[in-house]
Amino acid sequence: MIETSNLSKRYGPIAAVDGISFKVEPGQVLGFLGPNGAGKSTTMKMIAGFVTPTSGTAKVCGHDVETQPLEAKRALGYLPEGAPSYGEMTVARFLDFVADLRGLAGDGRKQRIGFVVEHLSLAGVMQQTIETLSKGFRRRVGLAQAILHDPRVLILDEPTDGLDPNQKHEVRTLINAMAKDRTIIVSTHILEEVHAVCNRAIVIARGRILADDTPEKLEARSRYHGAVSLTAADTGAAREALARIADVASVEIDPQDQRITAFPREGRSVFAAVSQVLREQNIAVSEVQLERGRLDEVFRSITRGAAAEARP
Amino acid sequence: MSNPIAIIFKRELASYFATPVAYVFIVIFLVLAGAFTFYLGSFYERGQADLYWFFFFHPWLYLLLVPAISMRLWSEERKSGSIELLLTLPVTMLQAVVAKFLAAWAFAGIALALTFPIWITVNYLGDPDNGVIFAAYIGSLLMAGAILAVGSCLSALTRNQVIAFVVTAVVSLLLLLAGHPMVINFIGTVLPQVLVDAIASLSIWTHFESIRKGVIDLRDIVYFALMIGFWVYASAVVIDHKKAD
Repeated sequence: MIETSNLSKRYGPIAAVDGISFKVEPGQVLGFLGPNGAGKSTTMKMIAGFVTPTSGTAKVCGHDVETQPLEAKRALGYLPEGAPSYGEMTVARFLDFVADLRGLAGDGRKQRIGFVVEHLSLAGVMQQTIETLSKGFRRRVGLAQAILHDPRVLILDEPTDGLDPNQKHEVRTLINAMAKDRTIIVSTHILEEVHAVCNRAIVIARGRILADDTPEKLEARSRYHGAVSLTAADTGAAREALARIADVASVEIDPQDQRITAFPREGRSVFAAVSQVLREQNIAVSEVQLERGRLDEVFRSITRGAAAEARP
Repeated sequence: MSNPIAIIFKRELASYFATPVAYVFIVIFLVLAGAFTFYLGSFYERGQADLYWFFFFHPWLYLLLVPAISMRLWSEERKSGSIELLLTLPVTMLQAVVAKFLAAWAFAGIALALTFPIWITVNYLGDPDNGVIFAAYIGSLLMAGAILAVGSCLSALTRNQVIAFVVTAVVSLLLLLAGHPMVINFIGTVLPQVLVDAIASLSIWTHFESIRKGVIDLRDIVYFALMIGFWVYASAVVIDHKKAD
């Protein structure tokens, strides 16, 4: 469990993190979203006990990170931003070093090292020094280090940055597999990742929480939520037909690919009406899609609103 | 092995030898120590079986070489970001600082120990006072420790290794010169004797000189212990303050 209360960090007059409070329970995978410089990493660094908060508290499994730092650190696995490690060490030695400091011994140690090596596909690079590895491998070594002691709480700062699509998929599968009874915070720029691994998302900008919801509910805030998009052979006719439907508020055409989107009136559903009209008027379409909402659009409108608000 | 200090110490010491830096350092140290002793100290020409000149030059040798060991202690951790990894593992700040300092000191100790052939040589050539030589080795090791502790603290202040090197060398120079006869005689002409003594007693030079002459005085040991303790503790304070900058 992770709990922060009014957590703040100031650098001189600048508030990097400004009174953030939230609670994450076991079983939750929390996605931290926000523009660069929003305070995501600083918040994670404070929970991990690396940056000292200016005010407020952070607790990991009930241990205050300032007054009981060792207990908090023992319960925590942390992948810092950029996955730093000791470049001159081989992967095997590095994992041994972390296992030593984590107090892993005997069969349990062998089993855990075997687990991370297998799940992060490190077997082929164990004897290579870390500085000779590609960015993707270094990231996976950082992840291996973070989950080595099978922590109850996991904080991962951009865990899939620099990985190729296959590796991203593997890491997401790994996070999902660990999610069951653990508390996990993941920060990311990649919005599709929120769907893939998170069951809760917090949007941060300028050091403040702007939204805290499930990914589905965040998507529902999008004006695209419930809209119907389609590609028709005769764009003009299709547009006219759709515009005549009572519950359709407006119809837009993407200037690039001529895709038509019909937006419903507030609280209405138009999918059935749209498909009926298409059938009745014999309009040929190559695809029809019910939009769930676009997270990137919600993200932009939330964070831009905050930027405008803060402007004097 | 479960003590964090021992674990970090082992990792650090191994990291010195993971790159050619360690070997280059040791070779340069041995060559310079030899050159100073044989040429500047006229080892053979003097015809005396002692290591007086060998140890005489140690403070100046350390001035150049010890900051080269200490400069990377924390600057590199901060620059590469590994400090964030280290300090979010279950270790305390003081454990990390002490372990890294001890590893650097052990490395300096290894370099110093490798000068043993000269001790053998002087025993082969004559009949030296081995007690004095042993004391001087202890003093030299303590002096290296003191300069390393200064360097540990100063390397925590910057992520630039060159700055760490230069500042450590300058501060160490001041700490040496404060007790050098030349300086003592000069400030003695303008300051009262009490102040001169106080300044001299803070100097690494004064305390190394007295041990080098073969007298291991408790006051000198206490001085080096306090110097090392103070600067290592100061390192922890500085890192705690600057780690995330």
